[in-house]
Amino acid sequence: MTSEKVIDFKDVVIVYDNFPAVAGATFSVDAGEIVLLQGPNGAGKTTLLRACAGLLPIARGTANVLGCDLSTNRLAVRSRVGLLGHANGLFQDLTVLENMLFWSRLVGAMRQDVDQAMITMGISGRLGETQVAKLSAGQRRRCALASLIVRRAQLWLLDEPHAGLDAQGRDELDRTLRAARDAGATVIFASHEIERARSLATRSLMVTTGTVKPA
Amino acid sequence: MSQTPKSRVVSAVLTKDLRIEARSRVVTNQVLPFAGLIMIMFAFALDNDDVLQRVAGGLIWLATIFSLFVIVQRSFAIDTSDSALDSLRVAGIDLSAVFLGKAIALTLQLIALDVVLIAAAFLLYQVHVSAGGLVLLVTCVICATAGLGFVGTLYGGLTAGTTGRETLLPLLLLPVVAPVLIAATRATEAAFGSGGAATSEGWAWVGLLTIFAAVFGIGGSLAFGPLIDE
Repeated sequence: MTSEKVIDFKDVVIVYDNFPAVAGATFSVDAGEIVLLQGPNGAGKTTLLRACAGLLPIARGTANVLGCDLSTNRLAVRSRVGLLGHANGLFQDLTVLENMLFWSRLVGAMRQDVDQAMITMGISGRLGETQVAKLSAGQRRRCALASLIVRRAQLWLLDEPHAGLDAQGRDELDRTLRAARDAGATVIFASHEIERARSLATRSLMVTTGTVKPA
Repeated sequence: MSQTPKSRVVSAVLTKDLRIEARSRVVTNQVLPFAGLIMIMFAFALDNDDVLQRVAGGLIWLATIFSLFVIVQRSFAIDTSDSALDSLRVAGIDLSAVFLGKAIALTLQLIALDVVLIAAAFLLYQVHVSAGGLVLLVTCVICATAGLGFVGTLYGGLTAGTTGRETLLPLLLLPVVAPVLIAATRATEAAFGSGGAATSEGWAWVGLLTIFAAVFGIGGSLAFGPLIDE
């Protein structure tokens, strides 16, 4: 494991809907870490994750993710991160397999990568032929996580990844995140399920009113 | 990391949109009957063969444009309902390829719709077309639907995710597609020979449709990514 900084934020301000959702955040994340973001609703956790994915402009401060300066070129980081927000980013009218194949074509992944990811997340077989609209919330979540595996993201940004999963799905997710970390990925996730999340994370950060401190 | 070739993204988005349409059948089960009803209601309202033959071109394109609003909103609803548009942004792909894929899918759906509407005009309005007129009509449909596909996708992207997009889209789009309505109507009238119009008169209007499609095709490719990003 190296101590290379995957995320390096210094006094970062992010304005969202004319409101400073992140007001002077300073923190860093090293390669291979699994970092938990905890804090109350509206503290700025989702904004931080979306900013790390290059989806939000940086109003002030310096923000580097995977060596890309988000102030000047936030597009460059996008193909190297995987973001799973509150929604799953799936097409409801397509089957699980069709969704997976669509995302794999966009990133140039092989069919065997798709099959392996679907097996890992337990959505292969009959479930793979089911339309996403007919799946349970937990099954959709697993499908969304499988699409992140296919994309081979170097940095996983997950917002409430355990939400909607049953006990088996949560255990499977934890194993998947540890396996992703072992394969060289870095994971940063927000969660309200503190006990489970702390057992998974290698470090915790507390987000309050747009600032970040060690938890 | 190398970026996925643009042609692969265009093909993936095009296939995805057409597959979703084939499965949900919104165009065949909802848009087509809606457009057909417009044609039938005008036939009853005007109730005069001469008048109907004269206005057939305009009615075809009015029905097409009203249907465009529904298809564009549907096209972007499938991308925004579960935040798939955000996932496309994060995928780091060239968003102009997403624009082209969606615009081509929209154009193909509009062409299918127009084939039915023109058939309805032959049946309900008793219009006729010569061999030369048929060439003009086919060219007009391709150029006009391409223009509508490009401009519809651009404005669909602009309004995607905004509140009140159902009413905002027609308000923004109607003035912009007015040149298509006028030019396609004139070209179709020339193809049908409505009001004694010669077929040759229609080609200048097809030229205008081609320019419109080219402007919005190029402009849309350049503007779509930044628009979606903001």
